[in-house]
Amino acid sequence: MAVPTTARDDRTRTIVTAGAGRPDRSARREARRNARVAQGGRRIGSHVLLLVLALYFVIPIWWLFVAATKSTGGLFSSPAFWFDDPMQLFANIAGLFEHQGGIYWTWLGNSFVYSFVSGVGATIVAVLAGYGFAKYRFRGRGFVFGMILGSVMVPLTALVIPQFMLLSQYGLVNTGWAVILPSLLNPFAVYLMRVYTQDTVPDELIEAARIDGAGEWRTFTTIVVPLLRPAIVTVLLLSIVGTWNNFFLPLAMLTNPETLPVTVGLNRWLALSNAGAGGEQVWNLITSGAFISVLPLLLSFLLLQRYWQGGLTLGSVK
Amino acid sequence: MATHTLTTPSRRRATGHARRQRVGWLFITPFLVIFAAFLIFPLIYAFGMSLFSSTLATGTKFVGAANYLKAFTDPLFLGGLGRVALYAVVMIPAQLLVALVAALVLDTLGTWLAKASRLLIFAPYAIPVVIGALMWSFLYSPRFGPAGTIFGLFGLDAPDFLASSAIFGSLVNIVTWQWSGYYMIVIYAALRSIDPSIYEAARVDGASGLQIATRIKVPMIASSMVMVITFALIGTLQFFTEPTVLRSIASGALPAEYTPNMYAYALAFSYSQFNYASTIAFSLAIVVFIGSFGFLFLTRKQNGLK
Repeated sequence: MAVPTTARDDRTRTIVTAGAGRPDRSARREARRNARVAQGGRRIGSHVLLLVLALYFVIPIWWLFVAATKSTGGLFSSPAFWFDDPMQLFANIAGLFEHQGGIYWTWLGNSFVYSFVSGVGATIVAVLAGYGFAKYRFRGRGFVFGMILGSVMVPLTALVIPQFMLLSQYGLVNTGWAVILPSLLNPFAVYLMRVYTQDTVPDELIEAARIDGAGEWRTFTTIVVPLLRPAIVTVLLLSIVGTWNNFFLPLAMLTNPETLPVTVGLNRWLALSNAGAGGEQVWNLITSGAFISVLPLLLSFLLLQRYWQGGLTLGSVK
Repeated sequence: MATHTLTTPSRRRATGHARRQRVGWLFITPFLVIFAAFLIFPLIYAFGMSLFSSTLATGTKFVGAANYLKAFTDPLFLGGLGRVALYAVVMIPAQLLVALVAALVLDTLGTWLAKASRLLIFAPYAIPVVIGALMWSFLYSPRFGPAGTIFGLFGLDAPDFLASSAIFGSLVNIVTWQWSGYYMIVIYAALRSIDPSIYEAARVDGASGLQIATRIKVPMIASSMVMVITFALIGTLQFFTEPTVLRSIASGALPAEYTPNMYAYALAFSYSQFNYASTIAFSLAIVVFIGSFGFLFLTRKQNGLK
């Protein structure tokens, strides 16, 4: 496999390009600039097209923000894409603390705990395995790695239903472990770490450490891990988000309201509200709860853009 | 994969070398334990379950392939398979078209406006699928949604997005909204890795911007496109979250067995038919395997996986 090279902006390099020497950068940038100048008038049309697309993708998010600031009455009566008088966001947040004893915040806390514990665990395991696959040529390596790659195609239900039956035998269903333990499995993270390790850790460096008398484990922790830091952040981020977004697994494993993550909890409120019983219609809490729950992810996504995009595109470019 | 083994001049070093390579097993062991416990073992367990049948009257008994014969003649399972196949045929090209057009346009522009658009188009990827479906369920709702107002401006009645006749399109829209931005980023990254001097040469030869896009750029990113389509195909065949969330507002249009995954879920968790649920899940796994390997085989010239 060739070194995946992803030239994005000049300022923010993705982790993919880090370490891969690119002597022809400035020449390519020059060529790109010339190409741009040659474009001329078609650029207006292109910008209009992009703006239309951007509007389509952003309007529902804007709607969520606006809807989070409305009372249930306001959700019914006011224009969908603009604010209602008076602003109800803080009243809604207070409502989230009151409704069912503030269970929403338990859900949010559960989401954090499940995501972080399984994310950290999956990352540690993936870094170790990625290094093992990248830098050691043991017998059976190709076969085992092929099996791991192939497992990406196994549908979730085929796993979740038997996982449920197995974990229920150990009394782990309806506890956080039922979500955390299966989420430690992240074959894609192993693949990412292998590719990244191959591209950024030179064999000579490891060999030099060995000659200096460092053991295999010491070489790994003191020489290799620091070099892998950008990829570790990316894999950690992707693992955390993967668990945070997962729906099928917690839906199957958890029925006790106290154990739900925020995604499954909000879906429950939605189902109850749609089923229609008067006191259970909490539309304003659903919109404000959904809005608050996407804030951490949207923020991390804006602040840590280069890690996100690095991970998403890594391994896709040949 | 380009991993260089170190050359070994003497036999003694060679054996030491081989022993050291075995340390690799220690590094991959933690992952292999998880892989075995939460993938291999559950798969074997599910396959075992699918070979038995369990009823209150007769207890558990071995039935061999009977459950599979039942599944592949079960109109509810086959209907769900047909539906996800139709979704794959419509939804994947729709997402790919949006992603490709956006990526090709972005590739020719370097303005701040283009950069901002790129971020905005990608933004839905940061929203959990459940929340995305929940948002759209509000927007589609005749009670909350803006459709009444918008169509009212033109003196029209708003269509019912949640009716049986419209739910297909409504779901295609949710998935396109959620995933196109991610595919765009992958394709965009592939486009940025092409050497732009190729475009210069084409332009000197008199190629237009459109010709450069369709004749040079698209063929050069074929392997990325194949990867995107493969992931989309695997995801679409497992369609579950969006129709499950919409079911609470559109139960008439979305039966519990709407997709094979929903069917397996309902069998297991609503009807406690774990044997047959395992059969459905396993049958779906077989279809996904055949589908994705078939696709990779058909595109073996483009995907570079030999």
